[in-house]
Parts: sequence; structure tokens; C-alpha cells
Amino acid sequence: MRVDLPTFRAHTRAALADQLLQQSIENASGNFSDGREKALGDLPDSEALRDQLKLIRAATLANLTEHLEEFERNATAAGVVVHWAQDASEACEIVIALAKERGISQVVKTKSMVSEEIQLNSALEGAGIRPVETDLGEWIVQLAAEPPSHIIAPAVHKTKEQVADLFSDELGRSVEADIAALTAAARDALRGDFLSAQMGITGGNILVAESGTLVLVTNEGNGRMVTSLPPVHVAVVGIEKVVPSWEQAEVWLSLLSRSATGQPLSIYTNLITGPARPGELDGPQEVHLVLLDNQRSSYLGTQFEEMFGCIRCGACLNVCPVYTKVGGHAYRSPYSGPMGAVLTPLLFGKGQFSALPQASTLCGACLDVCPVRIDLPRMLLQLREEQVEAGRLPWLGVWVERAAAWVMTKPKLYRMLSLLARKFGGTRLAKLFIPFPIPEISQQTFHQLWKSRELEE
Amino acid sequence: MAKTKVYLFTTCMVDQVYPQVGVAVVRLLRKVGAEVIYPADQVCCGQPFFNSGFTKEAKNLAEQNIDLLQDADAVVIPSGSCTAMIRVEYPKLFAQQPALLEKAKQLAAKTYELTEFLNNFLEILPLSEPNSRGAVTYHDSCHMCRHLKLRDEPRTLLQSSGFSIQEMEQSDRCCGFGGVFFTRMPELSHAMAQQKLNRATESGAEVVVTADPGCLMRMQLDSDGKQTIKHIAELLDEALRCE
Repeated sequence: MRVDLPTFRAHTRAALADQLLQQSIENASGNFSDGREKALGDLPDSEALRDQLKLIRAATLANLTEHLEEFERNATAAGVVVHWAQDASEACEIVIALAKERGISQVVKTKSMVSEEIQLNSALEGAGIRPVETDLGEWIVQLAAEPPSHIIAPAVHKTKEQVADLFSDELGRSVEADIAALTAAARDALRGDFLSAQMGITGGNILVAESGTLVLVTNEGNGRMVTSLPPVHVAVVGIEKVVPSWEQAEVWLSLLSRSATGQPLSIYTNLITGPARPGELDGPQEVHLVLLDNQRSSYLGTQFEEMFGCIRCGACLNVCPVYTKVGGHAYRSPYSGPMGAVLTPLLFGKGQFSALPQASTLCGACLDVCPVRIDLPRMLLQLREEQVEAGRLPWLGVWVERAAAWVMTKPKLYRMLSLLARKFGGTRLAKLFIPFPIPEISQQTFHQLWKSRELEE
Repeated sequence: MAKTKVYLFTTCMVDQVYPQVGVAVVRLLRKVGAEVIYPADQVCCGQPFFNSGFTKEAKNLAEQNIDLLQDADAVVIPSGSCTAMIRVEYPKLFAQQPALLEKAKQLAAKTYELTEFLNNFLEILPLSEPNSRGAVTYHDSCHMCRHLKLRDEPRTLLQSSGFSIQEMEQSDRCCGFGGVFFTRMPELSHAMAQQKLNRATESGAEVVVTADPGCLMRMQLDSDGKQTIKHIAELLDEALRCE
């Protein structure tokens, strides 16, 4: 996968031409943003809470190993089997081995961006195991054989009519393009999978070190079924999701859903501390937790450490003037929008995803809404600087910018060129060569006006 | 009492494309009693290069400007974006060079965006009857409202000059300019400008006004002359001349 400037521009053109997509993103992002604003407004001091969460995340990342080890100790004591995966393929291998050892051929899943990151579904399918997505949005994109386009609303790019067509094909009967009817159809279709699957796979929103608890936030109740009906529950979670204490997890939770969907809390907040206890009727017999590194630890102590404070709420996507025009698919990564423009090159290759740090006007709207106040514009700039240093940009553009910058350091030369440009027809000539609209230059520069008599007092 | 020596940093875009904005700024500054000094060797604040990753080049320009502007009592710039570059980014650029950092901080402390500076002289500036002029809608430029936190200043001046403000939806949504962004992602830049202009039109105001030459350019490129889009200095100057 390569997403360089020409590729991203092609994705942009396709997205801009898709009226349905434009409408879907505009509606959803507007609703999410309005909801966020209202929900944060209901708190006595959301600004102070954001400051607090930023501090919590930074302090945790500064001592990540220690907190992960504490988590591992306490989770193990609660009966969880903790696995460590260095990269995507190792994580997939662990999950596949767990399934194979138990003769499992079908798994149910909740929405998990980490599972998208490691492409778990295709790895499972390759090993002959059928994954069934049970989050409504994820099920929709799974049926459409598409990746999710928003980190919290995977099918945000689809209209209900498109969903009705997908469901009708899948179920072999006509399903009405009505939200209630669609939800009922999905519930009906997925029930059998919940009951028959031998393994449930989830991500995880927070890992609480002091008790070894996995916090899983969902809105549809599917998370509760995935983690309690099948006898085996496997969670794959990025190592950055740990928090030392419950007191701190509370700050995190009070901002997560408010920032994401505008809810004070999501409908279901599952706190999972180990498998079912002896004598308990519900819950899995085994809980496995795969802690995924996949490049994360290599950025600790660097200027990109801050990125790993991200709690994946998606607020930055909803306010981004670029994301809301191009949609998630243009980024060709599970992580899109401003957070994705930084995280994707870090995780999947700065060379492969060279367009993403350029896909921003550095307007700063993302920083305005980030519950962790992650300075995404600063890191986008940092990535751009590295691109210049590493020679990853088209040479012509680099040469033009270097030349322009050099001229700017020579005021007399700059003024001479200004006069020459005006002598030779202004921008008319330049317009023949420049592949984007540029303005007409004025007949006289301000410098000339100042020197003429016009501005004498 | 000696007049305040205000160094005018016009910005390269005003120099090349909007010299009339510079002229309006000079008149406004003189109206509030400043001695306007135009350092002739000024070129660019360095932001386009800084924002596209050419940090070394941006530092060269920053150093040049720090020298050029050091004797000013105040530096006034008709651009929120260029002001933010000098005030917010210059000190960061020289964080590791104590001598230059000190100078950068001194410059940052006396550098003002135009409307911010003019807000100190509301008693002198044209105070037309409220709503005696047309209705305008104000576009907040990203760096001006987010880096400099200037949202009320331009609006206060417009109102004291008799304009009424009809706010557009999301006045602080980016217009799509983004410096070099508009050359690298032209389709996207265009689409963002279209959305901005549609919202400006929906506000019902006759004139779209902004305090940043970059936004002015982006919006004018897309308006095909159908909408009147002006720099705030031009509007204030109009009011001044009708006094």
C-alpha cells in the first residue's frame, strides 16, 4: 500500500464526486460534534478534566513498562492469560493458535480498531476460521467487503438504502431501508452466531493496572454477548491503553463517550476482570489478553510519544475540514482523519503514507476538541520536516520551495523579480505552467506604492 | 510626546497581490497617531516554508526578520497567520539557541495583529452610528482565532465602524488555504473554499470579511467575482474615509 500525493489526490477527487458520501459524512460529523459540545457543556469543568486526562496519559506513557507489568500481574492473578505480541503477525498467530488448539472454526467479534490494524479478519480467514463482526457498523462493512471509514462509526459512509441492499443480498429477502427494520434484521441474523461461536474476540478501551481489568465500551450490547456467551474470550489491545488506577480510569471514561458520541457514558461499559468464577453461570471459561506493541514502544521517548495518549474517540475526525470532505477510505488506513494522518505513517511506514501528513491545513480544529489535548498539528509538522530531510517529496516541489525561500532571504533580488514579473505580463505566463489556480499579481507592489508619493503624509 | 514607532510588516501576499490593503493599514495606523515605518528590506515571515517542513529555510527568514524589526516600538501585521508565525513559532524555532531565543521573545512581545492593535484606539477610530453601514460576515482565520485567540477584536472594530455582523455557520472552519496545502491538494482546497463561501452566502451578508490575506486569496479564487470579499483593513478604511 502506497498513499503518496497523486494517489491521495485521486482518492480526494473520487470522494468529492460522491454526493451520497458527502451527505453522509456531513450529517454524521455534524451530529457527533454537536453532541460532543453539549455533553462536555454539561460537565462542571470539562476543560480542567481534559487537562487532567492529558497529565494522566503523559505520566502513564512515561512509565509504561511499570504499569503494564502491574497490569499483567493483577490480570494474571484474576485468571487472565496475558500474551505479548511484538507485531501484527505475532498477534494474529497467537489468536489463530488459541482457536486451532481448541478446534474452533467460527468466532464472533466486536468492533476493534486494533483488529483492523493487524488485519485479523483476513488472517483468520486464511487459517480457515470464519470471523463474524457483530457491531452493526462493522457487520455492514464486513458484508460490503470494505474497511471501516471512521474509528467509532465504521459504516458512516453508507446510507440506509445502501445498507438495506447489502442486508437483502445477505439474508436472501427484501429488507426495508428503515433503521429499526435494519437493526432488527441484523439482530435476528447475528443471534445464531452469538450462540454457536466458540470464541469471542474484542479490542479494549482501557486496561486498569491496579485490578487487572479490561474496560470495554460499546453501545449495542454485542460486546456483552461476545464476552460472555462463547467459552473463550480473546481481547487484543494496544499497550498504550493502560492506566494505573480506577480514579484515573474514571477521568478517562468521563471524557471518552462524551467526546466520541456526545453520551455521558456509552450504553454498555463492561468491566472484565478474569473469566467466570467457579460456580458462576455466566461468562467465559477462559480470558486471553493479547498486548500488542506493533511499533508503539519505538516511539516512546520521542517527539511522537504524545500520539500514544490517544483514546480513539474520533472527535478530531468530526471537526476536521479535510476528513469531512474526503472520508475515511481516502487514507487507506483504519486510522483516518487528523489522528490517522499522524498515527498511520508511524505504524505503517512514513514512506508508504507520505501524503497523509500533507492532508491538513494545520487549522488546529483537532487540537481544539481532543480530550487529551494531543498536539496533532505539531506532529504533522514534525512529519513534514522529516519528509523534507528524507527526500520523500516530489523533487520539483522541493526545488521550487527551496528556491523561493532563498529568494526571500535576498530582498533586493526579490524586488527585482517582482518588477520583472510585472514587466512580463504578471501571472499570465506563470498560469500556463502552474497546475492550480493562482491570483493575479497587482500592477504595483506595496513596496512601489510606499516609495511613490501616494503614501506621503 | 514622541509618536509610537510602528513598524509595518505588510506580508508578502499584501506586497504582491493586495497592495491596497497595505495602503489602508497605513492610513488606519496614522489615524490612531502612530508613526508608520516601513522597513524596506522585508519579504516573508517564513511561514509557508515552516508549515511545509522546510525548517532551516524558515529559520533563516526568522533571523532576518528579527534583525529587521528589532528597533520597533510595535510591529503591526495585517495578517493573523503571519503574526502567529512571529509570535508563536519564532520563539519555538530558536528554543535551543539562547541568544536568538531572547531576541525572538522580545520581538514576539511587541508584535500585534492589526485589529488587535487597533482595539487599543477605539475612542479614535471611526465610530459610525451602529448599523449605519452594510451587513458583513466575518471569517475567522485558523491561526488568528486558535493561535492568537483573537475572535472579538475584529468584530468589535467592524461594529464600531458601523457594520453589522451576520455570523455564518462555523465562521472558524478553515477556508482551505493552508499555505502550501492549496498547491499540494488543490481539489480539496477548492472544495473547502466552496463550502466556506456557501456558508458565507447563507448568512445573508453582503460582504465577506477576513483579517488574513491568505484566506482572502483562497476565497476570491473561488468566488469568481460573485461575492464581495474584503480584507478588514479595506472596510475600516472605507469607514474612515467617509467620516
